[in-house]
Amino acid sequence: MITILAQAGGSFFRHRSNKPSCVEDNGICPSWAIHHLDRYWPRLWEHVQLVLISTVIGFAIAFALALLAHRRRWLVPPITNVTGILYTIPSVAAFFLLLPITGRGTLTAVIALASYTLLIFFRNIIDGLDGVPAEAVDAGRGMGFTDRQLLWRVELPLAIPTILAGLRIALTTTVGLAALAFFAGAGGLGEALNSQKEFQTNVIVAGGMCVVLAAVLDASVLLGQRLLTPWSKARSPA
Amino acid sequence: MTPVASVGGQFHAALDFIFHERTGPGGAQVGGSQLWSLIATHLELTFAAVGIAIAVALPLGLWLGHTRRGSFVAVTVANIGRAVPSIGLVFLFFAILGAGFSNITLALVLLAIPPILTNTYTGMREVDREVVDAARGMGMRGTRIISQVELPLALPLIFGGIRISTVNVIATATLGPFGGVVTLGDPIINPSSYGDAGRLGAAIVVAAFAVVAEVALSAVQRAVTPRGLKVGGRNARRQARFIPKRRAQPAP
Amino acid sequence: MDRSSAPGGPLLVNSTNTAQPEGPSPHPKAATLELRHVSKRYPGTDRPAITDLSLEVPAGDICVLVGPSGCGKTTAMRLVNRMIELSGGDILLDGSSIRERRPAELRRHIGYAIQQIGLFPHQTVADNIATVPRLLGWDKDRIRARVDELIALIGLDPELVRRRYPGQLSGGQAQRVGVARALAADPPLLLMDEPFGAIDPINRMNLQNEFLRLQNELRKTVVFVTHDIDEAIKMGDRIAVLKEGGVLAQYAPPAELLMRPADEFVAGFVGADAALKRLALGRVSEVKLRPAPEIRDGEPPAAARERARDAGLPYPLLVDEAGRPSAWLRDGGEQAPVLHLAPDEVLRNALDGLLRSEVQYAAVLNGDGRARGVLSVGAIHDFLASEEQG
Repeated sequence: MITILAQAGGSFFRHRSNKPSCVEDNGICPSWAIHHLDRYWPRLWEHVQLVLISTVIGFAIAFALALLAHRRRWLVPPITNVTGILYTIPSVAAFFLLLPITGRGTLTAVIALASYTLLIFFRNIIDGLDGVPAEAVDAGRGMGFTDRQLLWRVELPLAIPTILAGLRIALTTTVGLAALAFFAGAGGLGEALNSQKEFQTNVIVAGGMCVVLAAVLDASVLLGQRLLTPWSKARSPA
Repeated sequence: MTPVASVGGQFHAALDFIFHERTGPGGAQVGGSQLWSLIATHLELTFAAVGIAIAVALPLGLWLGHTRRGSFVAVTVANIGRAVPSIGLVFLFFAILGAGFSNITLALVLLAIPPILTNTYTGMREVDREVVDAARGMGMRGTRIISQVELPLALPLIFGGIRISTVNVIATATLGPFGGVVTLGDPIINPSSYGDAGRLGAAIVVAAFAVVAEVALSAVQRAVTPRGLKVGGRNARRQARFIPKRRAQPAP
Repeated sequence: MDRSSAPGGPLLVNSTNTAQPEGPSPHPKAATLELRHVSKRYPGTDRPAITDLSLEVPAGDICVLVGPSGCGKTTAMRLVNRMIELSGGDILLDGSSIRERRPAELRRHIGYAIQQIGLFPHQTVADNIATVPRLLGWDKDRIRARVDELIALIGLDPELVRRRYPGQLSGGQAQRVGVARALAADPPLLLMDEPFGAIDPINRMNLQNEFLRLQNELRKTVVFVTHDIDEAIKMGDRIAVLKEGGVLAQYAPPAELLMRPADEFVAGFVGADAALKRLALGRVSEVKLRPAPEIRDGEPPAAARERARDAGLPYPLLVDEAGRPSAWLRDGGEQAPVLHLAPDEVLRNALDGLLRSEVQYAAVLNGDGRARGVLSVGAIHDFLASEEQG
């Protein structure tokens, strides 16, 4: 462990100012990174698209499933099992399992990534609906809401925090997994990683972009949650 | 060949690869029993990484959870752990340290730590304060409380974390060949020696492994759940007698 | 069906309110409610939750369903708005069966207030109250006006409270908002399931009084469920005591329930201090008074003493120039303080005062301060005895 740190630290300090030998010595070279940023933007954009498209599709499917299972609770275990298997299958394996069917490209990656999110979304939506205070549901029904009105006006709004928590988890994990999408020929930051995998700086820049992207998406959802749930801010009893 | 038949054919070839040894495009013997060495390396990597991760994360998580400190650490570790691409870690360690079993193991250890740490911490923290108070009131001291009260109650969540880590490591160990470790990922990453059937076959085996590990560890997790925790709670409310759907319990 | 012919109208414990001997006419939109041989059985249980329950609630009355846990009182209430479906029998709202209406539509015309309140945490107080009016399609201005009217009605300030969220309300405020929400669409029938149950006793008393004050103005038909016999006696125009299995033990106004319980069960449920509870419902004006033997300062006492003995009283009553009683005139010229009572004073408080007085007789005063008569402990006893005999 100490040797690793010493090695990394050493390369950092020794080669910081000296551009060519920094690259040759496989060090951590900020100046190289800054000069070559433009080769990352297309990969980043691909990555963002992959993440957003997969998450949206995964959410849509899981949402439909959750609405179906909400009033038919016996559906929850089978759906959980199936989405659970999709979740467990490693993405790399999934890409290649899909290869014969959907070929190389973005479609394969999106299908695999979206399937991965199904369990997370489904479980969180169901849990969110479960967490709605029973007395609010009883009062709503007693006042004359139909089941559908109850769902859209009372249950779902109150389930938003839990659902968005699931969205955050899904987004951050999909960012990490999309780095493998290059296996399916879908590009992304993984492509950048793979193209110069021995070069420390490249790995750090591409990997770092993943982390930053995940953080940005996470924070955006948090912000969205604050905007959507004004009642949770107001906590002081009069 | 129609598309369906072609797909079917490819999967058939892949299954054949799994069960029957043959000479691959590169000339070497591949498939069938040759897969065992790949499987063995894959498992070695998995056990090593998860084992070390448990050794590091479990005590830390137990201590943090018991003393109820460091919630910020636990949450941040969880978030970062999720965002860092696994392949990035593998490449980074390869780039810094070069190829080798221990190097890649290190990368996988870092990957495996967050779920175990977070789940152990959460499991310990969620133990009812009153239970701990009662134990303390009966005269139990720190380590005793951990081992006899908090740990058994936190066990389900802890095993959940181990389960998640193990499946993640199994998945990421597929990338081992990038670091020179020949695991089940080799036919996927270097298909030239194995052929298309080999690539698909390995993918099937990896997927199967992950699912088996998940199912087995889930069973273990259920087995270590103290019986008292399984009944009661939300499920009991839902299953309570006169409720066909999820409604508030009608008071008589 | 056991209905008493005793005068109706709510009898308020709060002695600053004036009781009305006959109830004012019910709110024009108050409905009559009839339960006709209602039964409810859950599949897989051997005993029914409700067995052949019949009762009628006249428009504008508060009918309290009371009984021990498990007697079926909440089940009975929830049958009315079809939150639970009938197994047998029928329920008629203003003469028409509830079975003939779609549940959601039926419920929009029945007010519903439950123990845990169930305010929607994600909506403001105004939105919560506006729920049913919105469902019924009222226009925005009408809703806004109604919301403000209701918030004021429950004793809160619309400006302050309208935009608050339930999480920002105290328990008592939340409960009031719950009642306002139930009243929002001006329903002809109100169902309340232990609406004040989750509150501390002091606030509960305030809320009960406020609700009674409201009811005095609105005169809605109310079905009120409680397990607390004291609350039942305080709130109810008619009380239905239920036994296990939803069996009706007695259905009568509070006074009758207290003084003439139908059986052992009701007597036990009502409690060992039924007489004192009854006195909490009565006023001094209902008791027969003795004539006051007045004596002015300076008058010779002999004649007054004679008059006192004739009235069955120990001493004459000393009055001032205006004729207002000031003291009892004891033998030997000593004066003893005299307890003054207003005619609308609650009998229980009057008895309390008498027991603590030096002289166990009190002067009951008119508006001008002059005595209209003398109240004795014996008279109170006679009053109760006459009630017992019916």
